[in-house]
Amino acid sequence: MEVMSDAAGSATGDGIVLSGIEQLFRTKDQEVLALTEIDLTISAGEFLVLLGPSGCGKTTLLRIIAGLQQPTNGSVEVGGNSLWRNASRNDAVMAELGVVFQEANLFPWMTIEDNIALPLKLRGVGKSERRKRARELCEMVGITGFEKRWPRELSGGMRQRAAIARALSCRPKILLMDEPFGALDAMTRDQMNSELQRIWMDSGCTVILVTHSIREAVFLADRVLLLSPRPGRMDTIRDIPIARPRDIYVQSMAEFQEIETELRRRLDTFGETTDEGSGS
Amino acid sequence: MTGKMKWLITPGVLVGLVVLWEAYVVAFNVSPFILPPPGEVWDSLVILLGEPKTYWNMWVTLFETVAGFVIAVILGVFFGGVFGKVRVLEQALNPLIVGLQVMPKVALIPLFIVWFGFGMTSKVVLAAVIAFFPIMTNTILGIKSVDPGHRDVMKCLNAGAWATFRNVELPNALPYILTGMEVGIVLATIGAIVGEYLGGSQGLGYMAVATLNAFDVKAMFAVILILTVLGLVLYFLVVFLRRFVTPWHESVANRK
Repeated sequence: MEVMSDAAGSATGDGIVLSGIEQLFRTKDQEVLALTEIDLTISAGEFLVLLGPSGCGKTTLLRIIAGLQQPTNGSVEVGGNSLWRNASRNDAVMAELGVVFQEANLFPWMTIEDNIALPLKLRGVGKSERRKRARELCEMVGITGFEKRWPRELSGGMRQRAAIARALSCRPKILLMDEPFGALDAMTRDQMNSELQRIWMDSGCTVILVTHSIREAVFLADRVLLLSPRPGRMDTIRDIPIARPRDIYVQSMAEFQEIETELRRRLDTFGETTDEGSGS
Repeated sequence: MTGKMKWLITPGVLVGLVVLWEAYVVAFNVSPFILPPPGEVWDSLVILLGEPKTYWNMWVTLFETVAGFVIAVILGVFFGGVFGKVRVLEQALNPLIVGLQVMPKVALIPLFIVWFGFGMTSKVVLAAVIAFFPIMTNTILGIKSVDPGHRDVMKCLNAGAWATFRNVELPNALPYILTGMEVGIVLATIGAIVGEYLGGSQGLGYMAVATLNAFDVKAMFAVILILTVLGLVLYFLVVFLRRFVTPWHESVANRK
């Protein structure tokens, strides 16, 4: 493992440390090793992208970090605190996390505003305060004016914006995203990537994003972690030294394309699922 | 099809049926004891609606139906909620629930009359029992069918069981509960009327039997007509409720 350049992040206690993570899934007649030997330190404020073909366990790894799945072996530490204590989750650690899924997963029976402010409601924040924060967040993710609408009245991209706003509502230190733009068309996706970069730079939180699009990974990441499949293990960690803020046109730069090609070559050596890597 | 046409079809079909009915009676010279012509039924209806006794009977049936229905909704949603949340309980009691569900509730009327007398209570109980099951089973279904993604969101937010029930499971079950209620209100009406048929001295069901015993077939048709209107009004009230309770649901959105 390479030595982190800004170790200060973990020193202040905001980093994420994964050690010896292994995930075994037991089905009726067989055991499947989904992840093994995952050791990684993610520093505070970093944008890390988990890249890999389907079946490489990247979503499983994200779900483990999100506390949705307890790993068979190994530990997740956030800011020096363990996420799991025996079989129970550490709620204080969970409170530091915001999660965005591939589906927006908005609740259809709540207005956009109520969806965004739900995490605050669960924490007992008063109604007027929630309204105010929801308005701010709508502005931040660019859906001002849709506060009172039902989720079904919004387009896929706007719903995903609302989901991001909801994940950000409690000002998490860590934002976890599982192929958040996978269901969107290419144009919307480019736009959302740019906006995600802006939101990340404004908020200063740590982002871990899962994708199978190489282009998306190179565009967004400080570091890309490439996972190889069956069982999912760490293959390559690639720094992306392209200056920020990056705009859509960095994708035509030689440096960008070199990194993209390099990662694609590496992905191709995994066999079978190469087409998964094409960045739509 | 244009919007105006759509609204003309239903009355058109109704008028057509009445004309056919009249034509059939005249053409085949049908005895008025078997099928009175629509004109005579109408006259009977006007006479019935002029009598205060009719309104009292309407009120009795309406009360029995609505009271039974409300009890069924409260108990159905409660038990549906409990069974939906506590799987072990549902699995343990499932044979019993299915058995009760399959049992013809109408067969219980003599028992209910023994237990609760010839008055309104036995009919209210029957209406409630009959309407209870579709509401309960739909509530269970609604709570169980929460999207796994929605559950993940609540897990990530550290939501407790009660918060998850209030914010996710219950609202998710509402469209299902309303569907159960639509079936339930119809069944509650049937329960009340059948109860009156078989043991009672008031209500529209009793009126239907009384007119039959008096060989007043046209009055019986008129009573059936009143019953149909009553059932329709109650049904559409429940359907209308959907708009207020689940304005967010697709079934409401598409109906604009």
